[in-house]
Amino acid sequence: MESIFFYATAAIALIGAIGMVLSRNAIHSALFLVLNFAATSVLYLMLNAPLLAVLQVTVYAGAIMVLFLFVIMLLNAENVSVDSHLRWQPIAALILGGLLLVETVVTVGRPLPLNPAGVTPETLNQLADPRVLAQFLFTDYLLPFEVTSLLLLVAMVGAVVLTKARPAQKRDQRRVRFADQVEGSEGASAVMSEPQGENRPVA
Amino acid sequence: MAVSVTNYTVLSAMLFTIGIIGVLTRRNAIIVFMSIELMLNAGNLAFIAFSRAFGSVDGQIFVFFVLTVAAAEVAIGLALIVTIFRSKNTADIDDISTMRG
Repeated sequence: MESIFFYATAAIALIGAIGMVLSRNAIHSALFLVLNFAATSVLYLMLNAPLLAVLQVTVYAGAIMVLFLFVIMLLNAENVSVDSHLRWQPIAALILGGLLLVETVVTVGRPLPLNPAGVTPETLNQLADPRVLAQFLFTDYLLPFEVTSLLLLVAMVGAVVLTKARPAQKRDQRRVRFADQVEGSEGASAVMSEPQGENRPVA
Repeated sequence: MAVSVTNYTVLSAMLFTIGIIGVLTRRNAIIVFMSIELMLNAGNLAFIAFSRAFGSVDGQIFVFFVLTVAAAEVAIGLALIVTIFRSKNTADIDDISTMRG
């Protein structure tokens, strides 16, 4: 029963991953990746990690993928040119990727039971308990945790600095906006002034 | 046949390989980024599988940190892509060759 469930979920995760790499439309890619993240979170649940399964759905499938979809739609980058410069490189990538897969499977392929002798049901319950995780996070891993907060701060400041318009650009934008106002003033003022005229006596 | 940790690690290796092939073959910067996310996710799966196998919470805590780093990386990376798109009007990483990489 458990193995059937595992293979079904693993197949969904692989379909999501392959679909993400193969699809031509960037939005389809993002949605396939969401499918893959959802399947992975089910696998986390099967591995006694409910807190991380929930975090996977909220942070990865929720926040990060929404950011991706937002940028894809903002830039209109759904269909970017179909790999024109590459000739022999995809074949080389496939061969090297296959070699890497073989190498990794040989390295980690030794059968390691999911419930070794030293691991009791109590330990497994502890693994699933968010309180135990929090205790480790705020004692043994306190310094990495604090550094993480610094990292997030730097990322936030960096994102703001990178996307901020430069002074020259800003001046151009202001000029364009001014030109728009001047051009549109004849048409717009006729429409805009009437309601104002009506409103003034009431106010 | 019971599921062993090896099943999870082999699945993780497969997802990682698919991610690497995605980085090497696709030229759209956003899809390259999503492939990197896939690779990070495969690493997380291996971490959690080993955490279960050894009955230790440390693997799960590392996944927590990887999650944070991924969030920071996406924020910076997408900001870079937006800035490059504004000036060059392309998201194709072969067209961005100012640094002769």
